[in-house]
Amino acid sequence: MESCLQTIQDYGLRSLGIGERLLPRTDFTLCEHFTLIGSGMIWNIYFGIMALVGGFFFATALAVAKASRRRWTRKPAEWFIFVFRGSPLFIQFFFAYFLFLNLKGVSPLFDPFTAAWLGALIVLFLNTAAYSGEIFYGALRSIPKGDVEAADAYGMTGWPRFRRIVWPTMLRLAWPAYTNEAIFLFHATTLVFFSGFPAWQQRGDALYYASYFADKTFNPFIPYPILAMYFIVFTLVIVSVFGLINRRLNRHLPSERRARMRIRPNLLR
Amino acid sequence: MFSYCTEPDTLGTFRWFSCYLTTGVHFSFYWSFAKVLLLLAITAPVALAFGFLGAMAARARFAPLSWLGKAYIAIVRGVPDIAFFMFFVIALDQLLEWGRHQILCSDWDQAIWQGNDFIVCPQAKLPLSTAPQVVHETYGFFIAVFTFAIVFGAFAANVLFGAMRAVPRPQLETAEAYGMSRRQTFWHILVPQMWVYALPGLSNLWMVLIKATPLLFLLGIEDIVYWARELGGTKTARFTDYPHGDWRMWYFLVLLVFYLGFTRVSEVVLERMMVRLTHGQATTGGEAQRKAAA
Repeated sequence: MESCLQTIQDYGLRSLGIGERLLPRTDFTLCEHFTLIGSGMIWNIYFGIMALVGGFFFATALAVAKASRRRWTRKPAEWFIFVFRGSPLFIQFFFAYFLFLNLKGVSPLFDPFTAAWLGALIVLFLNTAAYSGEIFYGALRSIPKGDVEAADAYGMTGWPRFRRIVWPTMLRLAWPAYTNEAIFLFHATTLVFFSGFPAWQQRGDALYYASYFADKTFNPFIPYPILAMYFIVFTLVIVSVFGLINRRLNRHLPSERRARMRIRPNLLR
Repeated sequence: MFSYCTEPDTLGTFRWFSCYLTTGVHFSFYWSFAKVLLLLAITAPVALAFGFLGAMAARARFAPLSWLGKAYIAIVRGVPDIAFFMFFVIALDQLLEWGRHQILCSDWDQAIWQGNDFIVCPQAKLPLSTAPQVVHETYGFFIAVFTFAIVFGAFAANVLFGAMRAVPRPQLETAEAYGMSRRQTFWHILVPQMWVYALPGLSNLWMVLIKATPLLFLLGIEDIVYWARELGGTKTARFTDYPHGDWRMWYFLVLLVFYLGFTRVSEVVLERMMVRLTHGQATTGGEAQRKAAA
């Protein structure tokens, strides 16, 4: 127990470069497994939250643009969504990394982009914006006609109508699907360090450390289940937080008409 | 490949590229695209078969079989992400070797797990260390196919299970009224009608499957990602007749375009299939078709 506390002190923030510099090399303990993989989760959470929060606003803009009647706003949004939804995230990561690497030669301004914390974040941000944009677009098209007509009858137009009627209804309809998207995105953050972006000084995410242990011990039966456990716990956290928001979005509806949350974790994107 | 390719550094841009793109390694690169298509061509039907079996098991009246089907769906779908891929490939490999070890080397007295190593007797190795390189590659490829099939089978099972339940009850009741047995009802009434309900889910799954293929790279297969990294890297004149800078970006751009094109084609084909399947069905889509024709 004493030594486990020591391990947590040494490796608890290892993924940020704080604590012991060398990773454990022999005689791996369960405590080390839990601590290092958990430390890697910091990156997964960072990527997940930052991309989700940024992507949310961009996705709303994309959905509105795609639903627009003007060709010049609709087409770019359609193409953007197609490009990011139609190709594997894995390839997007690779492409972005090498693109940033080339740009780095042009100007030192692009230096930070080749690091995972910024470069991979941008890819995840654009990717989740495209997926959520499509979800929001679908919701935007299924807003009950009566709601919009009622807003018109009250003399609401433009921004107030969007902010007070269209947007909340869109969110309410899209929320169950958006919850799934949040879970996907969170799972997708594990791809970052397997796709070109280097883990500088072995500061990696949870899967990076899990595969480090599996490589060293030739035993996948300990690190991967631990990783799975962490992910299941955080998935449950996401589900409950999004469930609370869902309750708030639906609070004006009679209970049997409320949108049910259906959790359908998918695999990859 | 062409006769003028003997002196690459004297050639003009166009001819240089025609030589560069037809070198031996580039044909390995093109061949790896075929590998991806082959993976899809094998995985899709196998996963569908797994899915069908899973859904049938989950529907079974015999309770343990039903639990087995439901557990398969729940476990594979619940475990997150590529962790499953990375875990399953090693686990399956070890399971096979362990099984062969038990059968072939009963007199082996050392422990299989020695500290951090997994050691089986040489005869139980899969494939045998004496086997040619092709066998190793094929074995790796089929392990990958099997992993994909297991994972996507669970997703397909879920879709098909839902689709079987979506077929309107009266259809099945009518079949019973005609005196069909449970089996006849299943094969002649339920299965032909369920596809229209399953297709949206299955086409979504197909799209996900296409986008999952780059993960072959993580499973240690020399796939398109591997070759794109390999060929795109900076080449100096000392090691190759075709020196160039870091072109990995362009190679990955090609992959990106390949996937986008593939997705687009799939979308169009699946849409046509949906139109065909909807024909004559008791759904709003089928009704709309009937009205349009009339």
